[in-house]
Formats: sequence, C-alpha cells, structure tokens
Amino acid sequence: MATLGFWGVSPAAVGRMETLGKLPVEDMNELHLDLSVPLTVGTSLLDSIANRASAAPASTTITMSSIARALRPALRRSQTVMTRASAPSPRCQRICRPFNAPQQARCLSATPRRFSDMTEIPPTPISHLSETEAAMQEAVSKFANDVILPKVRDMDEAESMDPALVEQLFEQGLMGVEIPEEYGGAGMNFTAAIVGIEELARVDPSVSVMVDVHNTLVNTAILKWGSTDLKKRFLPALATNTVGSFCLSEPVSGSDAFALATKATKTADGYKISGSKMWITNSMEANFFIVFANLDPSKGYKGITAFIVEKDAKGFSIAKKEKKLGIKASSTCVLNFDDVEIPKDNLLGKEGEGYKYAIGLLNEGRIGIAAQMTGLALGAWENAVKYVWNDRKQFGQLVGEFQGMQHQIAQSYVEISAARALLYNAARKKEAGQDFVRDAAMAKLYSSQVAQRVSGLAIEWMGGMGFVREGLAEKYWRDSKIGAIYEGTSNIQLNTIAKLLQKEYTV
Amino acid sequence: MSALRILVPVKRVIDYAVKPRVNKAQTGVETAGVKHSMNPFDELSVEESVRIREKKSAPVEDICVISAGPPKAQDVLRTAMAMGADRGVHVEVKDGEELEPLAVAKMLRAAVDKEKSNLVILGKQSIDDDAAQTGQMLAGLLGWAQATQASAVKFEGDTVLVTKEVDGGAETVKAKLPMVITTDLRLNEPRYASLPNIMKAKKKPLVKMSLSDLGVANERRLKVVKVTEPAPRQGGGKVEDVDGLISKLKELGAI
Ligand SMILES: Cc1cc2nc3c(=O)[nH]c(=O)nc-3n(C[C@H](O)[C@H](O)[C@H](O)COP(=O)(O)OP(=O)(O)OC[C@H]3O[C@@H](n4cnc5c(N)ncnc54)[C@H](O)[C@@H]3O)c2cc1C
Repeated sequence: MATLGFWGVSPAAVGRMETLGKLPVEDMNELHLDLSVPLTVGTSLLDSIANRASAAPASTTITMSSIARALRPALRRSQTVMTRASAPSPRCQRICRPFNAPQQARCLSATPRRFSDMTEIPPTPISHLSETEAAMQEAVSKFANDVILPKVRDMDEAESMDPALVEQLFEQGLMGVEIPEEYGGAGMNFTAAIVGIEELARVDPSVSVMVDVHNTLVNTAILKWGSTDLKKRFLPALATNTVGSFCLSEPVSGSDAFALATKATKTADGYKISGSKMWITNSMEANFFIVFANLDPSKGYKGITAFIVEKDAKGFSIAKKEKKLGIKASSTCVLNFDDVEIPKDNLLGKEGEGYKYAIGLLNEGRIGIAAQMTGLALGAWENAVKYVWNDRKQFGQLVGEFQGMQHQIAQSYVEISAARALLYNAARKKEAGQDFVRDAAMAKLYSSQVAQRVSGLAIEWMGGMGFVREGLAEKYWRDSKIGAIYEGTSNIQLNTIAKLLQKEYTV
Repeated sequence: MSALRILVPVKRVIDYAVKPRVNKAQTGVETAGVKHSMNPFDELSVEESVRIREKKSAPVEDICVISAGPPKAQDVLRTAMAMGADRGVHVEVKDGEELEPLAVAKMLRAAVDKEKSNLVILGKQSIDDDAAQTGQMLAGLLGWAQATQASAVKFEGDTVLVTKEVDGGAETVKAKLPMVITTDLRLNEPRYASLPNIMKAKKKPLVKMSLSDLGVANERRLKVVKVTEPAPRQGGGKVEDVDGLISKLKELGAI
C-alpha cells in the first residue's frame, strides 16, 4: 500500500489490510488509481476492490507457471517499446504518451481544483509567481531575515522554539495562509503557503516545519473535512493563536501507518481515546491535536477515524520530548492518551474515513516538505557562497575562485533549481486539480536528497568555518536529514513513484 | 482640529542590502535584475502615518501613498497599502526615466492640491540618489511649515511637535498644520506586511496617472557627468598595545 503515500505506508501495511480488510495482495496495486477518482462519488472505492476480490478467488500459492505468466507480458512489452518508432501500435500510443501529458484523473487532494480547463491558459515559466505569491515571498523573506535569523542558533542550542516567535508567526498571518479571511486567515492559495514554507526554511528549517505542519496538515484537514461548527470553533484560533499537531505515527506504526494501535470507543456523548502517539511535531507548542484512532479494529484500516483533542483534555499528556540530530527547535514528542474523553462534536469528518483524510493530507503535505528542503538547500548554498566569494582567501585569491570549487558550486545550484522545478510543478498541478501524487513524491524525494548533498558540500566549501557551531552551515546539514524520513521515508517515496509508473506502463 | 489627510510619497529603489554596481557606461548604477524594494525612509513615513491613526494621536481621515516610477513601482504602493495606507496613486514614468527632486516636489504639490492633503510625511532622502531635497522644496513650493529628520512626532491640538536628533541632543520644533515632515531612522520600527493585510491591499484602490495629468513636466536641470565606484578601502593595520601604537605613529611621522 506504499502507493497511498503518507507519513509512510509500506507494502507491509498491505499484508495487514489483507488480513483486516480481506483484500488479496494483487488487488492492492489497484488501490492507488482507484483512489484517484473523485471521492465525491460516494461509494467506497475500497469496497469495490473488496467486492471484486471476493468474486475472483485470491491465489495464495505462487507457482512457477504463474511467475512465467506474469513475466511474459513484460517481455512482449519491451519489444513493443523497442519497435515503436517504426511501427506504432495502438498499445504503444497508450504507453508512450507525452512526458508531460496531464493526468486527468482527479486524485485525493484536500483543496478544490482551480481550473477546469487549462487549454486556454498560456504556459508560463514554472518559476513565475503571482503578484500575491511574490508579495508573500518578499514579506516572509524579510521577516525571516530580520526577526528569525538572529534567534536561529540560540533556539537550536536550547532545543526549543522561542514562544515570542510563535506569537509573531501568528501576527504575520503565517499560521493561517489558506484559512479564508472570514475566519481570520489570509485566504491565500496553496502555492503561497509553499512559497512561505520555502522562504522560512532558507533561514530556519525548524520554524519552517512548524508552519508547514500547521498549515498543510492541520488547517487543511479542518478546512476540508470539518463541519461548519468545527470550522467556526477552531479556524479563528488556528489562524491567530493556537498551534496544531497532526498525530498519526505511533511506536508500532511508522511507514506502516495504518497499523496504528490507538483505539477509540463510543461513549454516551462522545468518544474515548486510548493509546499513544510518537514523533509528533509541534506537540510542545500545540493546543490542538488531530488524532487518528481506530474506532472499529475489526474493520481494519477502515476503522481509522480522525478526532480533535485539545490539550486540556483529561488523560492527555506529553510523555517525552525527543532529543534530535536536527530541526532541534521543532518539538517532537511522545503523547499519551489515557482514556481521553472528547465530545461527539470533536469527530472530524465521518467515522471510518480517517485513513482517506490521512492519505489526502499527506499526499499534498509532501509538497510542503519538499519546499522545506529546497529552502534549506538554497539557504545552505547561499550561506557558503557568500563566504567563499567574499571573505575567505587562500593562495592569494578567494577560495570560491578556484575552478574545483566553482564547478561544485555550479553543480549544486543546478540541482537546487531542478528540485525547485519539481516542487513548483507539483504545487501547480495540485492547484490545477491534476493528479499530483507522483509529482509530490518525486519533489519530496529529490529535494531531500539535494538538500543533504548541497548542505554537506557547503560545509566543505567553508572548511573549518563550516564545521563549527558559530555559523549555520553545520546546522543546515543536520536539519537536512529529516527530509528523507518524515511524511514518508525516501524508500516509501520510491515505492509510490515506481508503483504509479508501473501502473502506467502495464498493458 | 480638522481630520488629517496624509499624503505619503514612496519610492522604489535598489534594495538596501544589495551592493550597487556602476554600469559600464559610467552613467549610473546597474538596475536590471537587481532586487528593488521600498526606500527604507519611506517605510518609516508609512509606519508613522498608520501609527498616528492607530494610536489616535490625531483623527486621520485618509492615508494616500503616491509613487512616481515605472510599472513596477506599484509593488511598493501595494506594500504600503499592506502596511495600512488606504489607497495609492501611481504616477507612471517610463523605465529608466529619472525625476529630479524639484520635479518630484512639483508633482507632489499638484498631488497635495488634488488630494486636499494637509500633512505630507516623506523620507528625508531616498537611498539611491541621497539628494535629501524633496521635502524641503515641497514645503517651499506649498508655503507650508516644515520639520525635517523627525525622530518623534507629537500632536497637541492643531500644533505638531517634531523632534530631531542633533549633535549632542535633541531639538524640538513646533508648527501648525498644514505641514511637511521628513522622517529619520529612529522615528519608529516599520512593521512587516502581514499576509492577511497583503490580501486586503489587493482590494484597495490604486489609480494610475501621468505627470501631465498633474500638470507637471519632467524638466531636467542637472546632467550626470560620470558615475564611479568609490576607491576600495585600504585595509588598516593592527597593533598589539599602546607602545605598538606609539611606535607606529612615530614611524608614519604622525607624532
Ligand atoms: C522529527 C520527526 C517529526 C515527525 N513528525 C510527525 C508528525 O508530526 N506526525 C506524525 O504522525 N508522524 C511524524 N513523524 C513520524 C514519521 O513520519 C515516521 O518517522 C516515518 O514515517 C518513518 O517511520 P519510522 O520512523 O517508524 O520508520 P520505519 O517505518 O521503521 O522505517 C525504517 C526503515 O525501513 C524502511 N522501510 C519501511 N518500510 C519499507 C518498505 N515497504 N519498503 C522499503 N523500505 C521500507 C524505511 O524506508 C526506513 O529506511 C515524525 C518523525 C520525525 C523523526
């Protein structure tokens, strides 16, 4: 089930769903595309899979002949691909569709599409920003450099986020980018949020992830699935003074996210949640937690339901704050839910649909992490080139003037630009209502790789000055590591990308 | 007192953090592809106007920002509106066409008439040409009182008290409206445009006009002969202690 893609759902989860949801393994491959049709259709797509599965007997033993059968089409196909130039066959035309053909299928996205038809829209450079996005970029960049930068080193050493800064993030409107004005937010678009996350990460990836999780996961969940009552109750606070957390991962469930063990039970006037969550970003600062718990484990992942828990709820506690390698100022905690009672109004969306929400949110959340990583890479690169091209001289010249340095610097910039192209393409596709799942996974995978590579090289370019904790070079590198882990590890992104590609190239 | 109608001139200049470079022809500095933003002194003027309203130091009826410049000058007008100005006037000037301080002052005089302004708050200088003349010329043309380099502005009924920092202390002047105030760096700390306010600014009115709409021509009286970079600074030397300093000074024949 890796194709579902979120903080990380692995093929191991497939096995679990097979037992719990009675799904045969081979049908799981279809899960992704089935989920890419409009959810508004109403019928559960997984139901249809399950129905089909019961009609056709699931094979449990793999024989040599079945392997051979499975291989044969692949052989046939490779021949077709090789001969396609001379003799295009109908099948080839399907397979060899243009690289950038828009996938029309509507995928699980938490926000409505902006364009129904793009044929009339002239293509623009992928780096082009709207007036609002450009103004956003300038305002955030200024705020980040003037207000955040002086605090970055101290917050990292103290492993905590300055509460005054959190307050300023709210004042700037950075915590309610997509929340409509009527609820006290900025009412901007998704890409504006991405621009903001990227600009923040250029200066501090810790602050960036706080803003990212709050906006792309928490606010979006309420905007998309919250009832009018929930929106009225929580959006004004989320936009102006209340930090939110997204609680999916557990000690037993990371990549295999839907193996979560936290349980919810119905009470007379609400629900009771018991279990624990792990790796929860923003926990120390948050007052608002979106918690995924299973309401009916007999239904497998289809029992997973999303709830809202407020910090003052009885039985809720922060069990441990992690000490980390990077993004130290961003809090990551273990949370305990000891028979936490919540009113029935704190149900988010519908019972048993939590897994769909998680998939949808994390699909687009990855674009946010990609933005955090491209911002980080750019910040690390700029920090280093300013030094080698202005300050440091050896052998009578600026060290950045040696060709061996210049080529590395140029190569790194190319990689950052490529990662940003993937990032903004994914964001624009999401906004346009196109299928962006693979694009988001590619952007997240590649930008986290580039971030790590470039921030590592940047330390070397600066020599000893890159290695000491006086500047920020070493911090960018430590911070970069997380990009390959949260919202789905790199392996999980590759699983998603490969599954979708295979699907496309399978006749 | 009558409610204030504040006119705030703003200019789009090369960002203060960018190191300007002289162009090849030595006629000015490179502007293409260089980051531009609002003249920092103008941010102070916008901020001060908005604070007068917020702190109710005096009743404010209107805060109008005005900028003469290329189409991109609208960006700084939007920024000013995101900071709290009510509306903007863009006097369109072709890219690369420069206005001298006197032309700007004449344009502003016409704008004051048109907008019925009774207070003009403007930067003491813009960081591109550093001429520091416009505010004074404008006051002269209007025949209004002027208070330059403000580090504090206080209202007492119809009179305004403006403090400026001078060598060894502060000097406070008193004037009656209408008047011209020019701003200095310690007047306030300009706010950052918040995201909701950036969105609100999009809906605020911005009118476009030309110099001739204001009955002004771009007369040029000055000719730039040559622009050159300052000579690179010669790095100083370091001495260990007082004895070292004395012997160095002796060596250089200074003592
Ligand atoms: C700082 C931090 C903040 C976080 N914030 C949040 C948060 O706010 N909310 C939240 O819910 N979670 C959060 N997480 C959890 C995060 O999403 C998980 O750590 C991540 O999904 C990986 O899960 P895991 O740590 O259990 O690793 P595991 O799943 O145990 O993975 C270990 C290794 O196995 C590999 N692997 C696993 N399955 C497969 C497979 N099928 N194919 C190939 N390789 C595989 C992985 O790629 C990885 O290399 C956070 C984590 C960290 C470290």
